[in-house]
Amino acid sequence: MKIKIIISVMFFFIASMIIIGATHDDGYGPYAPHPITLEIPKGWPKPSTDIYANNKLTEEGFQLGKKLFYDTKLSKGEEISCASCHQQFAAFATFDHDLSHGVHNGFSTRNAPGLFNLAWMTDLHWDGGVNHIEVQPLSPITAKNEMGETLDSVLYKIKKDSSYKRMFKAAFGDATINSQRMLKAIAQFTGTLVSANSKYDKVKRGEDSFSPFEEKGYMVFKAKCASCHKEPLFTDNSFRNNGRPLNRFTDIGRQKITQLSSDSLKFKVPSLRNAQLTFPYMHDGSIYSIPQVIEHYRTGIITDQPTLDPLLKNRIPLSNLEKNQLVYFIYTLTDSSFTKNLRYSPSGSDNIINPGYDRH
Amino acid sequence: MNKTILNKNIVVHILLFLAAIVAIPGMLSAQTGSLKISFVNTVNGKPVVLRDSIYSNYFGEQYSISKLKYYISNIIVSHNAENKNMGGYYLVNAASDNNSFDIQLKPGKYNSLEFLLGVDSIRNCSGAQTDALDPMNDMFWTWNTGYVMFKLEGTSASSTADLNRIEHHIGGYKGSNNVATKINFSFANDRLLEVKANSSTELVIEMNMDNYWHSTNDIKITETPVCMVTGELAKKIAANFLNLFSIKSIRNIP
Repeated sequence: MKIKIIISVMFFFIASMIIIGATHDDGYGPYAPHPITLEIPKGWPKPSTDIYANNKLTEEGFQLGKKLFYDTKLSKGEEISCASCHQQFAAFATFDHDLSHGVHNGFSTRNAPGLFNLAWMTDLHWDGGVNHIEVQPLSPITAKNEMGETLDSVLYKIKKDSSYKRMFKAAFGDATINSQRMLKAIAQFTGTLVSANSKYDKVKRGEDSFSPFEEKGYMVFKAKCASCHKEPLFTDNSFRNNGRPLNRFTDIGRQKITQLSSDSLKFKVPSLRNAQLTFPYMHDGSIYSIPQVIEHYRTGIITDQPTLDPLLKNRIPLSNLEKNQLVYFIYTLTDSSFTKNLRYSPSGSDNIINPGYDRH
Repeated sequence: MNKTILNKNIVVHILLFLAAIVAIPGMLSAQTGSLKISFVNTVNGKPVVLRDSIYSNYFGEQYSISKLKYYISNIIVSHNAENKNMGGYYLVNAASDNNSFDIQLKPGKYNSLEFLLGVDSIRNCSGAQTDALDPMNDMFWTWNTGYVMFKLEGTSASSTADLNRIEHHIGGYKGSNNVATKINFSFANDRLLEVKANSSTELVIEMNMDNYWHSTNDIKITETPVCMVTGELAKKIAANFLNLFSIKSIRNIP
């Protein structure tokens, strides 16, 4: 009898402690994240560093990152979101803009690059100033001429939105919202934007074939462009001076980061993937079309710059025919399944071709 | 009658059970003592007062301080070769009332204490961080990734910068531009740093701003009102970091 009572009392205590521990209820249900993986396209190298080594990829983290990417709360006055300057239909560059619009009618001083295959990018920004994908958003969020916000204010706005509490809990296990979690979530979205399904990729996989003209263009590309725009990413992630003049912002590029005069006017070699959609070109958007870019390499390079890339000291000799072939090859790098992939579009959207809010 | 005895027994058993829950984790863990490291910022022989006080450096330049923040990390307390890396990242902020950091150590006597003024390169490259390293602490460069290791802001009539500003954001973690500086103290055999079980030892470290301007290198406000990027100037200023710190006191807090 006595033992029975003792046992039942102890059982009651243990059970109540388990219940107290388990149902420490925050109202957002149990934590059951769904792991996802970064897709590495066939034939591609593995990224040199694993950007998700300390950021476990989950569907919940990805969805949270996507919501943040499309949320104007990240800017002052809630004027713009990341997606205002990184538009999916332009492969996440700013369509048809040399520079992008910031808050209060501000302008950026560099051309917004397309966002794709960032997991393979060793340093971010035109000057490589950002060393990890997680900390990249800090730059546009806080730049006065871009999103013009403070982190305090962004987090204040996000914490007020109860849907975020639920999503942070789903992604990270509890409803704590802080800058680290916000940045890790955004990286789960931006780092998994993979574009690897262009005509070029289909040809490589044996699912399609180049037209004779495109094929010739590919030969020209391999002979004259591929050492910097290295396949399959179409960049070697290096910083080079390609013979553009010092612009009106006296943008010295990589030198601003390294303080080395030998890095003057060097900028990151951009990927040529989706180039058809990411015009205008160059770090300052100063060249409007692909033919004009090729013309720059053929005749326009300023050759008396001390830091000019050695590969360009004689410019790039190309016939008119080769130039046109090259243009057609570059068009085969357009990945419309990427720009139309609803997984990368705002949740609930079914027609991303007509974005709701277009700033021109 | 019988009921009362039973009730008493239940109460006793419940108490024993609760006592066990409370006591067992404590018995399982090893004994530790606490080392409280406190930073005191001084200038002209007095604790730093932000904004209102006017100070003078070695060159007779008058200045006031509005912000003074720096990182302390990678604290290693050791005795001879036996190292106890305590890790940790702490931000000392002259605007804060509390610049003391508690670390737990195995009780014993120690003859060496080392820390890094700044943030090691690994943490500068590892993405978004939190707590002391949260970018919200305004010690992070967003356009050229990296932590500001030491931040001094103020004004001086000697400054030629806009609004007579002094703005020293000293950082840089890469290669020869690395300004994170190892600070090392050793304790003589008769004055070993002693940490006792279940008690706290407080170590007060003084950071002397006077040596910031004049020790290994001469840093004049007239010549250097602003330093906001990594490189030669930051390194020249950071060469004085080695001379900023001294042990002011060690005492046991019962």
